[in-house]
Amino acid sequence: MSREKREGGGLLLPRRQFVRTVAGSAAMLAGSLAGAGTARAANPDNLPPNEPEWAKALGPGVDATPYGMPVSYEAHVVRRWVPWLTASSESSVNFTPLQDLHGFVTPNGLCFERHHGGRAEIDPADHRLIIHGLVERPIMLTVDDLKRMPSESHFYFCECAANSGMEWRSAQLNSVQFTHGMVHCAQYTGVSLRTLLDYVGLKPNAKWVLAEGADAAAMTRSIPIEKALDDCMVAYGQNGEALRAEQGYPIRLVVPGFEANMWVKWLRRLEIGDQPWYTREETSKYTDLLPDGKARLFTWVMEAKSVVTFPCPEKPLNGPGYYTIRGLAWSGYGRIKRVDVSVDGGRNWQTAKLVEPVLPKCLTRFELPWRWNGEGALVVSRAIDETGYVQPTMYELQKVRGVESIYHNNGQQVWEVKPSGEVENVRLKYAS
Amino acid sequence: MSVSNMRPEGLVFGLAALVLLPFSGVAGEDFGLGVTPTPEQIAGWDKDVRPDGVGLPPGRGTAAEGEPLYLEKCAVCHGEFGEGIDRWPVLAGGFDTLKHQWPEGRPEKTVGSYWPYSSTLFDYIWRAMPFPEPKSLTPDEVYAIAAYVLYLNDIVGYDEELNQDNFAKIAMPNRDGFVPDTRPDVPVGGEPCMKDCPVDTTIIGRAAPLQVTPEDKKEPAVD
Ligand code: HEC
Repeated sequence: MSREKREGGGLLLPRRQFVRTVAGSAAMLAGSLAGAGTARAANPDNLPPNEPEWAKALGPGVDATPYGMPVSYEAHVVRRWVPWLTASSESSVNFTPLQDLHGFVTPNGLCFERHHGGRAEIDPADHRLIIHGLVERPIMLTVDDLKRMPSESHFYFCECAANSGMEWRSAQLNSVQFTHGMVHCAQYTGVSLRTLLDYVGLKPNAKWVLAEGADAAAMTRSIPIEKALDDCMVAYGQNGEALRAEQGYPIRLVVPGFEANMWVKWLRRLEIGDQPWYTREETSKYTDLLPDGKARLFTWVMEAKSVVTFPCPEKPLNGPGYYTIRGLAWSGYGRIKRVDVSVDGGRNWQTAKLVEPVLPKCLTRFELPWRWNGEGALVVSRAIDETGYVQPTMYELQKVRGVESIYHNNGQQVWEVKPSGEVENVRLKYAS
Repeated sequence: MSVSNMRPEGLVFGLAALVLLPFSGVAGEDFGLGVTPTPEQIAGWDKDVRPDGVGLPPGRGTAAEGEPLYLEKCAVCHGEFGEGIDRWPVLAGGFDTLKHQWPEGRPEKTVGSYWPYSSTLFDYIWRAMPFPEPKSLTPDEVYAIAAYVLYLNDIVGYDEELNQDNFAKIAMPNRDGFVPDTRPDVPVGGEPCMKDCPVDTTIIGRAAPLQVTPEDKKEPAVD
């Protein structure tokens, strides 16, 4: 991984080297995917009636791993990136391995990364949060100041607006990690943004909040005051520990249900104003171009979406018999109400079981038992959220938005299961 | 406090809080934490520029002055004419392409063809460019380089001076190209079909094998 990162991240690679880098990483990926799918042959010496080797010798003691890492047999469960998607690794993205996750929480080290100027590594002693603009009293806070205030903890999903963005035109990437892996879900701990805004006192004409990051990109987004006063947080904790550097350590903004770009990492400044700033990330980027040449502006909410994570291209089937179809569903508007699953491409549907807890603006796990008869199948899921919104087909989305809007692709994902058990990302016609 | 996360008893309190607190400085807890930043401290970080020109620093520059700076600091990635080298962003051209759709063509979104406000160009270059050395440019350099990028897009003249007073007033070609979010834009509500649904399940696309190296720029990108 690190070798490609260095090569792919280098500036202006000669063409030949570029091709080699990409081919190398594709081969590596194919290898790791195959490894993930096939059951490894067991060593009979460790199987009954024999005593396995680990039952006959001592293991490492409690001083071996002060910070525990996953067992070596799970080493394939990592974030992956596609070097040719972007010009540099500092302005790029890697993807959460959804195919290997259990439950609805994403481990901190597996949460996808999207940086616009690389990952800042900040000494909290050198970090400040300034809140100023249309406020009664501007304030400058340390991270310790924030930790002395009352805290909240909530589980939320965080999805990049460009998740599934490569799939608009047709089926493109044969991997659930790459088609849907720009989402993660974690428990965030921090101070409610409302608490901070009450503390500084908003002036009557306060309508927008500009959030700014301390990284090289100095990421900035305008957030409407209604959202800022609703459920946003300035978080310092993620899944029980401090934020990881790549997730914004020491503090990040949490904007539940809204596109991840607004969850400004390495947060250093909140400016209150009476109009939006129209920053580069809310004009040039993160606007949704329609076939008539007009673009939608301020498309913040991530609408209801779901994807089957087993089976999927990385997780083929191993012969006919009993399986549990599994997947994840989420909605920026609240709770998931229902998920339906079809194994014939959407002709007939069954309602899946939602695995508790079912929380608002949070990943929700669903499951459906399936006896596979060994014939070809088209597996697809559709989520329905508490507003009654039904996750659309790609056909329905394309009819309205064309194929060039990049962002907010929440269309249904279809996997073709072949008689061999292999699984491929396919696009169905759907028009009737 | 998240109103949407609260159970009914909490919801009442949550809504009451929304009514009472939004625009007053009196209701918040006086933590006595933090310090009042000095105007200099705020000014050091507060470099954002709005479409109405608020935030533009004193300074000036022309495309003629910006050309050598651009060639030295920007062209290695964005190209001498803003055409973008390899997969680095394209900064110029793309006019009349916004209606293009794959596979017939593709939209080329650039500063000239897409950006609604010139203020965004100043703001962005000042905070984030040049990519390997962000926040290294002086206001005069930003005025001059931004003028050159606008010149590459035929928006300002080569010797036209841009400054604090006129920069935000530059008319951008796609100023009226943006519309509000009207989602949900697909059929919503109602009971979706569960049995014998009339859908054509013909496979019309398959994921490309990962080994295929895409042609520069012709492939979809992460933006
Ligand atoms: C090393 C390569 C590199 C250099 C040199 C560089 N840039 Fe960039 N530029 C980038 C990258 C990468 C991005 C996209 C960053 C991101 O992901 O947000 C970008 C984005 C931009 C954009 C926004 C493009 C859009 O459509 O949103 C502008 C404008 C820009 N650069 C101007 C400049 C200027 C002016 C200079 C010189 C002062 C410069 N750049 C130097 C790599 C570079």
